[in-house]
Amino acid sequence: MRFIVRRLGFFVVTLWAAVTLNFLIPRLMPGNPAIAMMARYRGRISPQTLHALEVAFGVNSHQSLFRAYLAYLANIARGRFGTSLTFFPDTVTHQVLQALPWTLALVGLTTIFAFILGTLIGLLSAWRRGGMLDSVMPPIFVITSAFPYFWLALIAIWLFSIKLGWLPESGGYNITDTVGWSWGFVGDAVEHSILPALTILVTAIGAWILTMRNNMISVLSEDYVRMARAKGLKPWRVMWTYAGRNAILPNLTGFAMSLGFVVSGAILVEFVFNYPGVGWMFLQSVENQDYALMQGLFLMITVTVLLAILAADVATAMLDPRTRDVR
Amino acid sequence: MTAERQPAERILEVRGLRVAYASDGGAVVAVDRVDLVLSRGEFLGIVGESGCGKSTLLYAISRLLSPPAAIIGGEVLFHGRDMVTLAEDELRNIRWRQLSVVMQSAMNALNPVLTVGAQMADACRAHSNMSSAEITARSREMLRLVSIDPIHLQSYPHQLSGGMRQRAMIAMALLFTPELVIMDEPTSALDVVAQRSLMVQIKELQEQLGFAVIFVTHDMSLVGHFSDRLMVMYAGQVVELGSTRQVFERPCHPYTGGLLEAFPSIHGPKVELLGIPGSPPDLARPPMGCRFSPRCPLAAERCGVVEPGQYDVEGDLVRCFRYENVDQPEAAAAAGAPGGSP
Amino acid sequence: MTEAPLTVPQLADAGTAPPGAPAGEAPPAARSRSGPAANVWRAIGHNRKALVGIAMLAFFAVVAAFPGQIAPDDPQAEIYQPGAGPSLHHLLGTTAYGQDIFSQLVWGTRLSFVIAFAVGGLATALAVLVGVSAAYLGGLGDGILSLITDVILVIPIFPLVIVIAAYQKNAGLLTLIIVLGALGWSYGARQLRSQTLSMRTRDFLMAARVRGERKLYIILFEILPTMTSLIVAAFLGGALYAVLTAAGLQFIGLGDPNSQSWGTMLYWAENNEALGAGMPLWAIAPGVCVALLGAAFALVNYAFDEISNPALRPVRRRKSVDVER
Repeated sequence: MRFIVRRLGFFVVTLWAAVTLNFLIPRLMPGNPAIAMMARYRGRISPQTLHALEVAFGVNSHQSLFRAYLAYLANIARGRFGTSLTFFPDTVTHQVLQALPWTLALVGLTTIFAFILGTLIGLLSAWRRGGMLDSVMPPIFVITSAFPYFWLALIAIWLFSIKLGWLPESGGYNITDTVGWSWGFVGDAVEHSILPALTILVTAIGAWILTMRNNMISVLSEDYVRMARAKGLKPWRVMWTYAGRNAILPNLTGFAMSLGFVVSGAILVEFVFNYPGVGWMFLQSVENQDYALMQGLFLMITVTVLLAILAADVATAMLDPRTRDVR
Repeated sequence: MTAERQPAERILEVRGLRVAYASDGGAVVAVDRVDLVLSRGEFLGIVGESGCGKSTLLYAISRLLSPPAAIIGGEVLFHGRDMVTLAEDELRNIRWRQLSVVMQSAMNALNPVLTVGAQMADACRAHSNMSSAEITARSREMLRLVSIDPIHLQSYPHQLSGGMRQRAMIAMALLFTPELVIMDEPTSALDVVAQRSLMVQIKELQEQLGFAVIFVTHDMSLVGHFSDRLMVMYAGQVVELGSTRQVFERPCHPYTGGLLEAFPSIHGPKVELLGIPGSPPDLARPPMGCRFSPRCPLAAERCGVVEPGQYDVEGDLVRCFRYENVDQPEAAAAAGAPGGSP
Repeated sequence: MTEAPLTVPQLADAGTAPPGAPAGEAPPAARSRSGPAANVWRAIGHNRKALVGIAMLAFFAVVAAFPGQIAPDDPQAEIYQPGAGPSLHHLLGTTAYGQDIFSQLVWGTRLSFVIAFAVGGLATALAVLVGVSAAYLGGLGDGILSLITDVILVIPIFPLVIVIAAYQKNAGLLTLIIVLGALGWSYGARQLRSQTLSMRTRDFLMAARVRGERKLYIILFEILPTMTSLIVAAFLGGALYAVLTAAGLQFIGLGDPNSQSWGTMLYWAENNEALGAGMPLWAIAPGVCVALLGAAFALVNYAFDEISNPALRPVRRRKSVDVER
C-alpha cells in the first residue's frame, strides 16, 4: 500500500511539473505568446470574457509572475482551462472530453492488445529457443520497432485505401453518418479504426516482444527454473508460473517507459488518418495557435500517461510480492 | 568396486559418464569418465576446486543440464534404469518421488513470486493425487521436521532468513521421502554456525528417513565429518574415491593430500600454511597424461605422457600411477576404468 | 565403452559463461588468443545484426559526407517537369514542384545524420553527467536529481516538444537539437545511476579512494570505462529517438519547412497529397530512409546487447533426443 501511495505522490509532483511547464513555456519564449494569444481573442468575445480569460491565464500585466502563477494554479484546480479558439465558443474542457473517447478506444485498446500479444510472443519465442519463432522474430522486430509511425501509416493508407480500396483512408467515421450509438455508426467507426489500429500495433509490438524475450531468456537460466524442472513439474507450469511471471515484471516497468513512444506515435497516426482523437485535436490546436486548447490537451495527454503508468505499477505490485514489502 | 556396506542395495550406478560444453573452440569436456556407485542410505561427499566439474556431474546425474552442456557418453543407472536414455516424461516419474535436488542458494532456487507453501504444493500435485488438505498437512509436517514454524507456508522466500530458506528447500526436497537427495553446495551461502547446524540437521534427517545423499562442496573439512564416502574430483576426473575415514587418514592421491594439508588442524603444533602451487588446467586444452602432473610434487616423467587409470587401494580408488603395482589388474578392469598404458 | 561423437548443439558464438552452467560452477573457459578489444571485434564480426547495422550506418555516413558526388542536381531547384515518375534521369521521379526526389533524398541525409549524432551526443553527455553525479552525490543531491530525471522521463516528450515548437513558430536546427537533447537524457541517466550505485562498493573503487585519488579522477578513469556498453547503448538509443522525433516534428510542419531533410520532404509530400496524386515515391522514399537509419541504430544497439550478454545470441537448436547419446 505504501508503495502505491508513494507513486501517487510522485504523479502529483509530475502533474504539477507539467502544469508549471504549461505556464512557463509561453512566457519564456521570445515574443510572449501568451499576450499574443490574448490579442487574438480581442474583438471576438465580450470584454468580460476576455478579462476572465486573462485572469485564467495570468496574462495580466499588473500582476507579478508569481501571483499570476498562483492564479493560474487556482484556475486549473477548479477545472477552468479556458475557451477554445478553434471551436469557439466551446470550452477547452468540453472539446477535450469529446476527443478523449476516440483516443481511448483506438490507442488505449490497441496498446493493451499490443502489450499482451507482444509479451506472449516474446515468452513463447524464448521458451522455444532456436525454434522458428525465435530465429525469425528478433531481427524482424528490431527493424519494425524502428519504423516511424507516420510513415507506416502512410504506407498503410497507400496500400489498403488507395491501391486496394479495402479500408477508408481518413476520419473516424463517415461524415454523412450521425454520431450516436447506432449499429451503423459503431460499425463504421470500427471500420475506420482498423488501419490506424494496425499501424500502432505493428510498430509498438516489436519493443515488447524483444524485451519480453530477453527477460525470459535470462529468467530461464535462473536456478528456480531449473528447480522447477527438477521437481518434475509440467513444462507448461514451468514456463508460465515460474519463468513467465518473473520475466514479465521488468516488462511492466518497461511498459511505462515505452509509453512515451506510443503516445507520440498515436499523435502522428491520428494526424495522418484525420482520426478525431486527442492527438489530432492537439495538432489542430497547434496549427491554429489555439494555445488554450493546446495546453489543455497537453495536460490530458500527461494525465493519461500517468494513469497508464499507475496501472502498470499496480499490476507489478500484484504480481511481485517483493514490492509489497517496502524495505 | 567394493562397497562399504556389503548387504546394502545399490541404488545408483554411474559408469563412464562424460559431459561436455559446446564452445567457440570446440567441445570442452567438463566431466570425464566418472564412475560411482551409491548404496541405499549412503552419504557420499564430492569435493574439489571450482571448475572441477562436480556441479556439472550432479546436474548430469539428475538430467538437469541445459545447452550448451550435454551428456556425451556413459550411463546413469538408477535402480537399473539408464536415466540418460529416458525421455522427459519418463523421467518425470522419477523426479522428486525418488530423486530430489537441493541447490546452493535458496534465494535463487526458490521462485520469488510464489509462497513457500505454493511451491511445495506444486511438487505434490505434480506427482500425486493428494487433496489440498493432505498437501497442506504434509507440507506442515515437513516444515516442522526442519524446525520451521508451519506458519511460513504463507511466506514468500524473501521474507525468510538465509538459513530458513535453505531448510525450507530441504523440507521441500523431502516431501516424498525420496531415496536419493542430491545437494549442490547447500551450505556455501551460509555463515559458519548456520552451516554446521544445517549439516547436523541433514544428517539427522538422513538417519531418520533413510535417504541417500550426494553432497557437493568445496569445503572438505565440513563434509568430512558427515559423509560415509568421499570422492575427490580434479579437472573433470575422479582422482580418489573411498571411505571418508580412509581418505582422511591415509590420502593416496597427491592432490587429496594437498587439500588436506591446506586445512591446518586447530590442535597440534603451528605449521606453515601449505597450498597447492599453480592452478587447475584449461579444460579446453587439458594437459597430456595425468591432469594433475603439472602441479604434482611427486610427478614422474611418465605422468606427463600417459593418463593413469583408477587403481584399487584397499577399497579406495585412486587415479595415480604410484598405486599401479598395488592394484590388481582384474579389479581395475571391473571398475570400468581405462587401463594405464595405451 | 564406445563414446558417441560429439553432438552438442553448436552455437553461433559462445561467451565465457554458457547459460547451461550450474550455479557455483564456473564452466571451463576456452581461453582466447588476444585481449578484450580483439574479442569485441571478433564478436562483432560474428554477429550478423551488428554487421548489417554498421554497414547501413557507414553507407549513410558516406552519403551524408559526399552528397555532391552522388547527386549533383540542386535538390531545391524547381526546374524539372513536376510529378514525373521514375526515369533514368530522375531515379525516383520529381516532386509536385519539379524537384528531383533522388537528390533531395541524398542531400537530406546530411541533416538527419547530423541531428542523430548531435542529439545522441548531447543526450548521452547529459545522461552521464546527471546519472553518475546522482549516484556519487547520494543523499539530498541524489534525491533531487533522481526526481527531476523521473519527472522528465514520465512527461511525454513528443507533445512537450510540440508545445515548445508551437510557440517558436519555426524551430531552427539548433533549437531542435538543443530541445531534443535536453529532454532525451532521462532514460540513460537512470541506467547509469543504477550501474554507478552498484559500483560504489566495488573493491577497485575503494582501492582508488585509499590511494588518495580525487573524485573526478575516480569518476573519469575508474567508473566510466566500466560503463562503456551502457553509454554506447544510451547514445544509440538517443540517436534513434532523435531521428524518429525530428522526422515526426518536421512531418507535421513544426520544423523549418525550407530546410533540406527527409522529414520536410514528407511534409511537402503530405501537403501535396503525393500518395493520392500519383507521386507515391515522394512520400515513400524519405520514409524508407528514416526507417532504415533508425533501423540501423536499433540493430547495432540490439547487437551490442547480444555481444555483452551471450545468452541472448541466436541458438541453432537440434532436437534434444539427438543431443544426448
